[in-house]
Amino acid sequence: MNSIKNYDIVSCLLVISLMIIGLVNIYSSTYFNEMNFFSLDNFFGKQLFFFSICIFTFFLCMIPDIKIYFKYGSIIYLLMVFLLIGVLFFGNEVNGSRSWFSIAGFSFQPSEFMKPVTALALAKFLSNIHSDIKKLSIQFYSFLIISIPLILIVLQPDPGTALIFLGFYLVLHIVGLPSIYMNIFTASIFLFLLTIFFGKTNMLIFLSGLFALFFVYKLYNALSKTRLVYYAISSIVFILCVDFIFNNIFEQRHRDRFNVVLGLDDDLKGIGYNTNQSQLAFKSGGILGEGFLKGSQTKGDFIPEQHSDYIFATIGEEWGFLGSLVTIIIFSVLLLRIIERTSTQRNLFHKIYSYCVITLILFHFAVNVSMVIGIFPSVGIPLPFISYGGSSMLAFTILFAGYIKIDSNKKERW
Amino acid sequence: MRDKFLQILVIIISSILIIQLFFLQVINNENSDIVGKASVQKIYNFPERGYIYDRNNKLIVSNEPYYDVLIVPRDVKISDSIKISEDLNISVKDFKSRFNKAVKFSKIKASVFISSLTKKEYAELQEKMWRLSGFFIQKNSKRKYNYSTASNLLGYISEVNDYEINNNSYYKSGEMIGRQGIEKTYETALRGKKGVNYFQKDKFNRIIGKYNNGIYDTLPESPKKLKLTLDIDLQAYGDSLMKNKYGSIIAIEPKSGEILALVNSPGYDPSLLVGRERSSQYRLLNNDSIGKPLFERGLQGQYPPGSTFKIINALIGLQENVIQEETLFKCNGGHFYAKNAFMKCHTNEATFSNLNNAIYTSCNTYFAKTYKEIIESHESSSIGLNKWNDYVKSFGFGNYLGYDHPTGKPGFIPSSDYYNRWYNNSWRAVTTISNSIGQGEILTTPIQLANFAATIANRGWYITPHFVKEIENDSININYREKKKTLIESKYFEPIIDGMVDVVERGTATNSKINQIKIAGKTGTAENFIKIDGVKKQLTDHSIFIGFAPADDPKIAICVFIENGYWGSRWAAPISSLMIEKFINEKIERRWLEKYIIDGNLISEYLKPYTKKNFKINE
Repeated sequence: MNSIKNYDIVSCLLVISLMIIGLVNIYSSTYFNEMNFFSLDNFFGKQLFFFSICIFTFFLCMIPDIKIYFKYGSIIYLLMVFLLIGVLFFGNEVNGSRSWFSIAGFSFQPSEFMKPVTALALAKFLSNIHSDIKKLSIQFYSFLIISIPLILIVLQPDPGTALIFLGFYLVLHIVGLPSIYMNIFTASIFLFLLTIFFGKTNMLIFLSGLFALFFVYKLYNALSKTRLVYYAISSIVFILCVDFIFNNIFEQRHRDRFNVVLGLDDDLKGIGYNTNQSQLAFKSGGILGEGFLKGSQTKGDFIPEQHSDYIFATIGEEWGFLGSLVTIIIFSVLLLRIIERTSTQRNLFHKIYSYCVITLILFHFAVNVSMVIGIFPSVGIPLPFISYGGSSMLAFTILFAGYIKIDSNKKERW
Repeated sequence: MRDKFLQILVIIISSILIIQLFFLQVINNENSDIVGKASVQKIYNFPERGYIYDRNNKLIVSNEPYYDVLIVPRDVKISDSIKISEDLNISVKDFKSRFNKAVKFSKIKASVFISSLTKKEYAELQEKMWRLSGFFIQKNSKRKYNYSTASNLLGYISEVNDYEINNNSYYKSGEMIGRQGIEKTYETALRGKKGVNYFQKDKFNRIIGKYNNGIYDTLPESPKKLKLTLDIDLQAYGDSLMKNKYGSIIAIEPKSGEILALVNSPGYDPSLLVGRERSSQYRLLNNDSIGKPLFERGLQGQYPPGSTFKIINALIGLQENVIQEETLFKCNGGHFYAKNAFMKCHTNEATFSNLNNAIYTSCNTYFAKTYKEIIESHESSSIGLNKWNDYVKSFGFGNYLGYDHPTGKPGFIPSSDYYNRWYNNSWRAVTTISNSIGQGEILTTPIQLANFAATIANRGWYITPHFVKEIENDSININYREKKKTLIESKYFEPIIDGMVDVVERGTATNSKINQIKIAGKTGTAENFIKIDGVKKQLTDHSIFIGFAPADDPKIAICVFIENGYWGSRWAAPISSLMIEKFINEKIERRWLEKYIIDGNLISEYLKPYTKKNFKINE
């Protein structure tokens, strides 16, 4: 066994503090008179129960040798893929998506656990001595590992969680995927948003003009002529695709969410209700907040899912800018610390796994907070360690425990 | 490996989130603005609208409660509809249609189901309320009028419209606002200020307690009592005298400018414009195109003043020194004021009148000649007329008087510009000779004439007439305390007043003499025309009287204007004298005169133009 010094105690404390922030705010969000702390009838009692399970699981994860994880990584991955397929057929339908198994009164969300498992599988695959990410076949298999759960989750459908799986591509980028992928990806995102915002016609006119300028004034010295033509054609085709996908494949509710965030639509009672109410909560919180159990938006229960996905609104209202700032800083410090400790990691498996941990937490954190404060479309993903929900908290605990375990083994290889 | 990439990403993302939160919570935080929050419900606490009293502290307007049955459709057990409709004392069919209407409005928000229950109905229903889930009774308050008079003067209240909501942040949809008359002018005093309580709501719109322990709550500010200048008994008496006659009576206390009575005939009961029936009643009143009860004749009616206007020409003549008391003008039952232009007069042939004579006989010739001299005593007719115009306007003619009632008309006093445009600069005094006898282009409102009478009573000044004597804990407009001087020196008023006393003593209005009270007055008989199907037709003359009493120490100045009442002393003068007698003696001795007036009926006269037949006038 390792000595206690080898463990990243600071990160553990940061995570514990996030969980406590979560418990306090879940208590406030769902508070009612004569609430029993330790009853499983209320959200707080349940979360407290999950919390103890998580602590237990964390220590459980510390017991086996790190090699066990490496060894069984792919099998667990395959098992979880089967569970994801199974949930499509045997899952409970909640809010129109089949994401949950219901066993003995507890619900269980396989897609949550798929996150650490995919991380494990990806790390195992890429850390193989033969896995050179520059090779097309390796790129293909890496994409496959990420895309199988992603597609299965899209089928549930649960676009929020699926979006999180996109984060794994970032890991590929970090371990050395040719930058062309990242460039195309970034360009696509920009084109996508610009097309929705300015409309197909405007974008086509603008881009044609831009490329025409390049050709007329021969600004393409840096780029080759053929490549420019290639860019021009692909971006125009992309715009047309975006327009088609947005208007024909997306459902109205998806379109609405984009429109609300991009400020194209201001439907405060309908689709924009969540965002507006939660923004009001932040505004009314002000600098110092309205105080514990005093948030008026929180008390009135105006923000749907305020104990789970929108928990950050409670923090913002009751603890004010100070509270939200502290939470964001804890997340940033946690992430930066893990990044820093990972950069000195030499074992590739360990390193890649840790990067997966970082990207997953970062993605959840960034998407969730920006959704709650209204700069990202409303997608249902939890705030790690804080949001109510057993599956999510447990999955993150396992993910994080993996990191702590791996991190503690660092010195051995020295 | 791209290690730095992740670090930068974390820092960038955190910074973006912190900046956005900073904007939301620190810069843009509308913490004090609790109004927009769905979680906070504002419930207003309305003070009872202010009472209105007359000058003798008699309560004119107060409030009375009425009860509405409200419904929240969600909570109604619709299966019991038969029982419920029995309890509510309506038919099942009626219940269903009302219920559907309420559902259409909202399932969870309360709306009025049955409006304006009487106290008895309320008491009966109260006992059954416990079994009527989804229904509740709301107490409201409406205006209660103790006298059925002065409707247009008092005005009414009604719900605010969109324009008012947008332009005045105080009012919210469904609230009441003073719409006309005193209710409108003194809206802020009468309404007080509503208090507000903030409540914390949950997402089902249920109130779950006070918001923030009520630290933002405010108490309602109670409204102010208004004491009017009106003598409600005199006002009511005026109403009775004006029965079946269209026109108006305006009485003013000269030394204070306080309006003692403003009678508009035909009138209507102010209680008609109250509560939920208001708009339909208003439509009915508005549709009366002959009587026009909503037309406040005393303030809005613009009429030629007729012979009452001779007084002002006499005053200007004296001031301009074109006539003296002793000046004599010859009248041959009229005179040629220009070649082939004869102005008739009802005096005998070859009468020589001095000023006194001329006033009490109302000699047209005398004042026509005076007017001509006034205009012609200046370098040009234009200058003369403008000078004359200045004099006339100093009496408050030709413009809004500035009283505290929202309606009114300026009247019209022609200036040289007007005639220059009309006659293309070629006109003389005689062209405008009708001005001398209050005909022609001149238009005045009865309140201007009453103010004119008050000005004469005061010997040359007036205080802007007004309706409100006192506002509780507040002072009335300083404008209603200041004397406004005319351009006529007060010494010139005495001979005029002597003449006016003789009007009643031995002149045109001897039928209006009261034994103990010396009345000064002047009758007027104004020709008037209307257009019927594009053809100008003359109607029976208006009967006008202005006066004040007692002549030496005036307590009341009055103007009575009877539309199409023929000559001045036929209706206007006796009505004035009865009003004066009522006000000063507080009882009427001349019962025969009172009866004659009350029984007098001019309705057939008013219907004449609408019969579409030829009709005779001045019968």
